[in-house]
Amino acid sequence: MTDAISEAPRALEREAEKNDIRTRWLLATPAIVIIFLFATAPLFVMVVYSFLAPGDYGNVKWEFSLDGWTNVLVQRDIFDDTLMWADAHLSIFWRSLSLSVITTFLTLVFGVPTAWFIATQPPGRREVWLFLITVPFWTNLLVRTIAIQELIRAEGVINNTLLFVGLINAPIQMMFTDFAIAFGMTYVYLPLMVLPVYAAVEKLDFRLVEAAHDLYAGRWVAFRRVILPLIKPGIIAGSILVFIPSLGAYVTPRVLGGGKNLMFGNLIELQFGAGRNWPLGAALSLMLMAAVMVSLIYYVRVTSREQSDG
Amino acid sequence: MKHALTAVSALALMAGGAMAKELNIYNWGNYTNPELIEKFEAETGIDVTITDYDSNDTALAKVKAGGHGFDIVVPSHSYIPIWISEGLLLESRPDQMENFGNVDPVWVDVAWDPGRHYTVPWQWGTTGVVVNTKYYDGDINTSAIFMDPPEELKGKINVVPEMGDVMALAIMYYGGTPCTGDREILKKVRDGLVEAKKSWLGMDYGNLEKFAKEDLWAGVNWNGSTFRMRLQNENVAYGYPKEGYVVWMDSVAVLADARNVEEAKMFQNFIMEPENAALISSFARYANGILGSDPYMPDDMKTAPEIVIPAELKDKGVFNQACPPDVQQLYTRIWTDLQK
Amino acid sequence: MAEPARPTRGYSVRTLPGFAIVALFTFVALYAPIAILVVFSFNAGTSLAIWEGFSLRWYVQAAQNEQVLDAGLRSLYLAGFSASIATVAATMAALATTRTRRFPGRTMIYALINQPLMVPEIVTAVALLIVFAAVKVWTGHTSMIYLIAAHTAFCVPFAYLPIRARLETMDNTLEVAARDLYAPPWKVFTRVTLPLMWPGIIAGLMLAFVISMDDVVITEFVKSAGQDTLPTYMLGQLRRVVTPEINAISTVILVVGAILVSLFFALTMRRR
Repeated sequence: MTDAISEAPRALEREAEKNDIRTRWLLATPAIVIIFLFATAPLFVMVVYSFLAPGDYGNVKWEFSLDGWTNVLVQRDIFDDTLMWADAHLSIFWRSLSLSVITTFLTLVFGVPTAWFIATQPPGRREVWLFLITVPFWTNLLVRTIAIQELIRAEGVINNTLLFVGLINAPIQMMFTDFAIAFGMTYVYLPLMVLPVYAAVEKLDFRLVEAAHDLYAGRWVAFRRVILPLIKPGIIAGSILVFIPSLGAYVTPRVLGGGKNLMFGNLIELQFGAGRNWPLGAALSLMLMAAVMVSLIYYVRVTSREQSDG
Repeated sequence: MKHALTAVSALALMAGGAMAKELNIYNWGNYTNPELIEKFEAETGIDVTITDYDSNDTALAKVKAGGHGFDIVVPSHSYIPIWISEGLLLESRPDQMENFGNVDPVWVDVAWDPGRHYTVPWQWGTTGVVVNTKYYDGDINTSAIFMDPPEELKGKINVVPEMGDVMALAIMYYGGTPCTGDREILKKVRDGLVEAKKSWLGMDYGNLEKFAKEDLWAGVNWNGSTFRMRLQNENVAYGYPKEGYVVWMDSVAVLADARNVEEAKMFQNFIMEPENAALISSFARYANGILGSDPYMPDDMKTAPEIVIPAELKDKGVFNQACPPDVQQLYTRIWTDLQK
Repeated sequence: MAEPARPTRGYSVRTLPGFAIVALFTFVALYAPIAILVVFSFNAGTSLAIWEGFSLRWYVQAAQNEQVLDAGLRSLYLAGFSASIATVAATMAALATTRTRRFPGRTMIYALINQPLMVPEIVTAVALLIVFAAVKVWTGHTSMIYLIAAHTAFCVPFAYLPIRARLETMDNTLEVAARDLYAPPWKVFTRVTLPLMWPGIIAGLMLAFVISMDDVVITEFVKSAGQDTLPTYMLGQLRRVVTPEINAISTVILVVGAILVSLFFALTMRRR
């Protein structure tokens, strides 16, 4: 086309783009309003509270204080009064972080093949399998956790089966161990991985995979170089849904791990409960939120750059 | 279902010019005998709704925030002074009620509500130690069971994660009084707990099955819950630490912003009736504070060693209190250090 | 005969070695605890772990316990309402934020939608308690609307992410073709875009429903008198004693769910 006739369409195009952006904002409005009103705005209360002094019996006193924030990282020793790093907070955070990483990894290991399996079923059956993944979660979290514990007890189903088959001679101690926590967390967060990955695999164009095979790519090369990039958005969505909430999780680790060690979620809950230090609880959680938010925004920027590049 | 029915009957009654009477009780979960409520509803025609909470702190935070719609709450004794000083309770004067004469005099002039101007006894119990005597046959009336465990029990101990109770037991083990701010004792307490924790398996609630099936052999526990364990496994025994154990009582109070004050007062009076108090106990398996309720109690409760405190250990029981804020902060720090 | 045009493979590209085995193992692991849960709902004893013979006593007891029945029904309709609203909002938001170049505010929308994921539940719970209590005192209105609002808000990201993942790599050739054939926008959406998105929407809806069914902490702090859900009812029992009654209720919910969804699938199949 020549320049002379492309001028007018370009103006039209710009107009269309403006309209497009307006439509997009309108579409996003209900979600934004709901979340802003019922999740984000109330958090401003927490921001305010984090700068106040703890009330005598929970809640806050209306006096300005920075203790909530400084105590996140530094605390006075209760016995010799020296200033020191709040190593308890740091080691608890580290524990939660490693647990989240392990949980995300395990849900990937078990979730991706499961999602793949479901998505490659004949169309009519997929929804049935998908439903089978979510059914166990219609039951109550605590009953489910108690049932998991029953599986792994010294005289539980697993130990008895292994003893019967003759793989072990004495029951393995699984209750109240890290294994129990990892098992339980993977169980609880599995659907959060399977469903997004399923949504991505389900619309995978298998002609591309065929093409890779036709070019004599081995199955694993094809998986790594062709399939994985195509289902990446699903895997990333799943990882976010698993990783972030498991940072704040505490019911499952507490019940299955025997509760000897605090998770970051417990630490915050303790401040709002028996610990009666709401400002510290508010500061701890805002800190966590800020860290997660920054890494998420960084991730969005990087991936959207990739998309517009590619 | 029930709501539809209530709505219909409310409409019917309104048409007749009267409002349906109702009462909203806010209580610990699985703590209210449905038979008790049915009886109250049948006798008074009041429609009762029960809502659960899981901790004193949640209940306090919610009621303090307002707009909850509850009439009655059942806090633990250590929290009652807070409820009163925050102005959250109505001075309903149970001491002037018809059935007040049934309250055991021991429970009338209590520190948290002298003369019972606000609250009526619901249930009381103790926090002590639990031991499976099959695995350990030494003295079980001591906190050493979990603070300095005998070799046989190591690695099979569970301590309920109840900060106030565990701190009080540990402090008394080292000769202090609960809520002490004495650094010397607190240092011993922290170091002692940190050292002892190495021989614990867990810090968890709800271990009935694990004790009954002998996955756990010892620990800190409540008396009523230990009672249930013994019914499943006769080797389980309850110990009252001679260094001092914790006594607690939950009491029924009317909220200052209750909408159904008259109905709430009727309920307070109702549960001071011995027969009704026995209904409360037979469900949750703790003692009540009402004289004359014994004849109505289930037989297995009348002689249960978890309920009847041995005479020589009676004076070792201590009511733990709500500690002053600065002391409470110290305890939270020790608790965090313990579980870091 | 000529050689086939393509090299023959002894396998389908749709199966990856080991994946089916891992998947089946996963299903077994998922259902093992559920089987235990269902078995113990028929326990004659009071325990969740000590089998004392078969009995229906917990079903009878649950059927007579108004509080637990109420809580079960409330959980179901709260999750149904909240998940549906959240899924509609999330679908719209996903359409708005995918398949486009970056536009001003896109990152912000994305961050805002995912915000509920980033805060530990207890914090949102306390914050909502304070705000909602003020509203409740001011208006004197204490219906389920507060719980529905709170649940909808934290369900949105769980519905949004699967739908977004679906849309992100869904190309728009079909939609462009439809538009080129002068199909009106609404028709393009209902006849082309929506059917393509459908699996993502179903996944999102199921996730949101499950998340709402399981929520304890926020519900505990937002509920008013007489608004216990199954999880908060359970939470209250944790420090006392947990009986198989809750297993009976859970089993009933499982069966009801299975029937509902089978009906739903049967209907949609017929339409297709």
